[in-house]
Amino acid sequence: MKQATKIADKAVLLDYYRQMVQIRVFEERAAEQYMLGKIRGFLHLYIGEEAIAAGAISALGPQDYLVTHYRDHGHALARGLEPKVIMSELFGKVTGSSKGKGGSMHLFDASRRLAGGYAIVGGQLPIAAGLALASSLQHTDDIVLCFLGDGALNEGEFHESMNLASLWRLPVIYFCENNLYGMGAPVEEMVAAPEIHRIAEAYNMPSQRIDGMDVLQVHEITSEVVQHVRDGNGPYFVEAMTYRFRGHSMADPVNYRQKEEEEKWMAKDPISTYKAWLIQSDIASKEELDVVNQAVELEIEEAVELADQSPFPPPEALYEDVYAQS
Amino acid sequence: MADISYRDAVTIALREALREDDRMFIMGEDIGLYGGPYAVTKGFVEEFGRERVIDTPISESAMVGAGTGSAMGGMHPVVEIMTINFTLLAMDQIVNHAAKLRYMSAGQYTVPMIIRTVTGGGAQLAATHSQSLEGWFASVPGLKVVTPATPYDALGLFRSVRNEQDPVIFVEHILLYSTRGEVPDDHYLVPLGKADVKRRGDDLTLVAYSRMVQVALDAAEELAGRGINAEVIDLRSLRPLDIGTVVESVKRTGHAIVVEEAWRTGGFGAEIASQIQEQAFDHLDAPIGRVAGAEVPTPYSQPLEMLAIPSLESVVAAVESALGR
Repeated sequence: MKQATKIADKAVLLDYYRQMVQIRVFEERAAEQYMLGKIRGFLHLYIGEEAIAAGAISALGPQDYLVTHYRDHGHALARGLEPKVIMSELFGKVTGSSKGKGGSMHLFDASRRLAGGYAIVGGQLPIAAGLALASSLQHTDDIVLCFLGDGALNEGEFHESMNLASLWRLPVIYFCENNLYGMGAPVEEMVAAPEIHRIAEAYNMPSQRIDGMDVLQVHEITSEVVQHVRDGNGPYFVEAMTYRFRGHSMADPVNYRQKEEEEKWMAKDPISTYKAWLIQSDIASKEELDVVNQAVELEIEEAVELADQSPFPPPEALYEDVYAQS
Repeated sequence: MADISYRDAVTIALREALREDDRMFIMGEDIGLYGGPYAVTKGFVEEFGRERVIDTPISESAMVGAGTGSAMGGMHPVVEIMTINFTLLAMDQIVNHAAKLRYMSAGQYTVPMIIRTVTGGGAQLAATHSQSLEGWFASVPGLKVVTPATPYDALGLFRSVRNEQDPVIFVEHILLYSTRGEVPDDHYLVPLGKADVKRRGDDLTLVAYSRMVQVALDAAEELAGRGINAEVIDLRSLRPLDIGTVVESVKRTGHAIVVEEAWRTGGFGAEIASQIQEQAFDHLDAPIGRVAGAEVPTPYSQPLEMLAIPSLESVVAAVESALGR
């Protein structure tokens, strides 16, 4: 665990813990509801990667934009969306963030500048550049944090966006969550240069690889990167090493990974290692942390209940929001 | 009234947009220093600066995506894709994202973006540079597709498109840039979703859009000499579509022929024919005719290319066949 050199106070440290637990519990309950048939379609769980959402998104200001991919529940929660709003969306209910019309892979909240989960691999990258372009043309200092997976590296949109962002010195952070697999394909079998962060060099874009299992390191480095970009120094590329504890989606039996590899990564569980650090460093007691867990369990239970009890969208919603004047 | 070219009309429309609205900017390949591949934006960099007339790399997907993102962030971009053939490189951004963001976010995000592009064949640019793909976009909910055929409509429709809060594909035709027409000196608008009856006639209805409007008018002139009075309707926009004007006309004439430059199979003309028979079946005295591009990749050689694109002769032949002459 990285030593917290710039840590403000206990409340902040505890909130990272709360956020990670909230994501973990949310995903576990979502998986249960999927098995019950309450959630349909695709469901991509973020379990194992919580330190990135909690550490990186907390480095943003309220006016900054967040753009992400389809494994987006964790990012939305870390941006402050209420669990009940996201769970309702997963249930396809009218109380969801997109009134049930976007689903798990397409979470939005304009009030928090969550500008979307995008379900076509790489599709979010040019859009993030565009939000950064708007910020630049409007002479604001809002920046864009754009998540991508290692699978997006091989899309043409990655190349086009990296070039454009660097060429125009756009205020965007391309943040790669390298969880070692694109669906079931190991990154070293699919990317010719598997040290992904070094690819940014070809675009004259600064980059670094960080430990995506360490929430404090993620936060500290992302904060520095945010400042760098906000100061007008152009885009930045971050590669965070992480691991998806579950399959690609609920349909994935995960028969392509070695047990030893899984055990090695699960030993780095971002929540249990952080919890141990908080206790060993005398920042919080086990009992205090248990209270956090209990509050989160209750919150997510209520979210599931609300999602379950809420109505589906009415038939007339079908044609709403296709155009400004539908 | 002023007599201007189709190219002038687009230039005037863009210049107005940049002068009147701070949120508007234009970007595309070689639109700035070069002046635009069709010289539409000549002199724009000098007047508006490189921050509002942005030269992009040859990256259609990034260009459209950046337009989409900037629109979500409060700007009103005009993205120029040099030809409609190159929109295929941006299909993910146009169809999977721009068209769907309002719906998928339940109205939280909107994409007021204008994509200008150039359709059509007839310039001997061969198969990869001569397609008419606007009908593909017209089948996508969330997009609007506008197809001006005259300088008057190019200016008036562009002004209306500026008021749209959704992505619009503004489709110009490569052979129309040098055509001329009159436009009023006073400000005017041409609304989307309103077809224009270009010529009155009682014997049959010719339905067309973009350059095929002129082909249909030329054919109508020829037919008049043979005692056949054709009505010619310019759709002006494919989505929204004004089928009402077409149906009203067909109910009067009893005959309809749809003329389009795109391939017949799955062409937008099939949609028009289908809607006519749904709404005016009892008024039809003959099957609805279709004149469309030949089902081949457009050839380079001029005599072959001319055979691949609907012409005055092919329209006249279709009309005479439909009327049993």
